[in-house]
Amino acid sequence: MLDITGLSHRYDDGHQAVDDIELSVEGGELVSIVGPSGCGKSTLLRCVAGLQRPSAGRITVGGRAVEGAVPPNLAVVFQDYTRSLFPWLTVRDNVALPLRRHGLGRAERRARAAKALAQVGLDGTGSRYPWQLSGGMQQRVALARALAYRPSLLLMDEPFGSVDAQTREDLEDLLLAVRGGPAGEGGPAGEGGPAGEGGTAKRPPGRMTILLVTHDIDESVYVGDRVVVLTGAPGRVHSDLRVDLPAPRDRVATRGLPEFVRLRAEVGRAVRRP
Amino acid sequence: MAARAVRFLLLRGWLLAVLVVAWEVAARRAEDIYFPPPGRIVRTLLDDPALDALAPSLGRLLLGWALAGAVGIAVGVGIGLSRVAYHVLDPVLQFGRAVPPPTLIPLFMVVFGLGTSMQLATIVFGVVWPVLLNTADGVRSVEPVQLDTARAFGIGGAARLRYVVLPAAAPKIFAGLRVALGFALILMVIAELMGSGDGIGARLNAAEREFRPDRLWAGILLLGAVGCVLNGLFLLVERTVLAWHRGARRTRT
Ligand SMILES: Nc1ncnc2c1ncn2[C@@H]1O[C@H](COP(=O)(O)OP(=O)(O)OP(=O)(O)O)[C@@H](O)[C@H]1O
Ligand SMILES: [Mg+2]
Repeated sequence: MLDITGLSHRYDDGHQAVDDIELSVEGGELVSIVGPSGCGKSTLLRCVAGLQRPSAGRITVGGRAVEGAVPPNLAVVFQDYTRSLFPWLTVRDNVALPLRRHGLGRAERRARAAKALAQVGLDGTGSRYPWQLSGGMQQRVALARALAYRPSLLLMDEPFGSVDAQTREDLEDLLLAVRGGPAGEGGPAGEGGPAGEGGTAKRPPGRMTILLVTHDIDESVYVGDRVVVLTGAPGRVHSDLRVDLPAPRDRVATRGLPEFVRLRAEVGRAVRRP
Repeated sequence: MAARAVRFLLLRGWLLAVLVVAWEVAARRAEDIYFPPPGRIVRTLLDDPALDALAPSLGRLLLGWALAGAVGIAVGVGIGLSRVAYHVLDPVLQFGRAVPPPTLIPLFMVVFGLGTSMQLATIVFGVVWPVLLNTADGVRSVEPVQLDTARAFGIGGAARLRYVVLPAAAPKIFAGLRVALGFALILMVIAELMGSGDGIGARLNAAEREFRPDRLWAGILLLGAVGCVLNGLFLLVERTVLAWHRGARRTRT
């Protein structure tokens, strides 16, 4: 689904943000990415999203090279979520706007937006403006926008950073719930797939593929099928751990499993001792 | 509600009222033909056909402003969207803006003759710059994160312009339109003073020839009032359209 080979990026000011990253993600996998601040996690996501042309390396999504063009069926939850919402649109319209591309009618767009907002616990806020909401609520609007889009590849940059612990756990469970059935089966992504650029993009069957950047080690293990640890400046892959925890994950039971405890400790060590 | 409105008027209007009364008293005492009391000016204004002159003047003003606004926004968006166009055209635009518009009136008189075309050309050429430059600036300074968002979610082409770029640039576009409205009034009068068969400017010329200071004052008062009303109406529209902007700015931390 996603293949990254030899990805390096040097910004115009000469700063090397990521260096020779190799990463391969299967369709339907949820890969957590952890690493110290400034190690290039956002840069990596921007390159995958086609928003940043890397200085070297190759990225393919669904077999198609990205090369600075945004892959179809991709949604992003930006780290800078406050500024990625449009202040002139209501919350509902913020969520519904990207759905125009799916060729949905107005009523259908609104219905989908309302549903996504309800999923993230924001029913009743649709007619308000983003700047009338708290930071954590705005972050959930950004999340709702991505979920309503029903992407096949979802990139999330610290999507739960500004919400309280309780809501955070709810959103983690929501993410696990909405990403669709087991890999290979038709998930929620199957229905009404968008006509991608040039109408070519047939939605691949199965669940969403997700890259989730987080600073929370517990979270990275709890939601992830894999945890990729990056090391700092410039960013490189330090370790790539498979998370073999049974599905469905449960916020109490899963966290009590010895395997969970072991993985969390291992990720913690990897992050701290690069 | 009504009490609040009255208080508001009292708070904001008392100085104006005091000045008018003082002017009235002083002018009556002085009995100077050049400085008639405001009461008489208003009477002149209402008796006189000066008000008839308002329609053609206002028509030119608004038409010229609207044309300049449309051209300025369209060209400004084009320039703002293209880095190349911006850099190539910037010197030209700076020059165009630097030319004092009244200097063009003689030229336009030669080209268009006396009359409405000349006046419209003067207004349009004079007021298009603030709109155009502000629009280009606004379009160029859209938040990069917002553009990234649009790109990532496949919002492109016309939808991007309509739902992302134009709203983001709207505060600057409105600022340009407001400056342009003030300019348009000035240029309308100048153009009419320099050559026109009707309108307030023509009235002023006539009043000068006939030596009627009261009519001159009436024209001045009328123009001031027109400027105030237009600006007030504009602010009202701006406040409605840009409500989100005021709200978002107030809550930004
Ligand atoms: N536009 C830019 N120009 C120059 N350098 C940049 C730019 N954006 C990021 N960098 C640099 O690249 C490095 C990686 O930045 P990036 O934002 O990818 O880090 P990150 O891992 O997302 O950090 P955080 O966890 O704090 O969000 C940093 O050292 C940063 O200073
Ligand atoms: Mg980051």
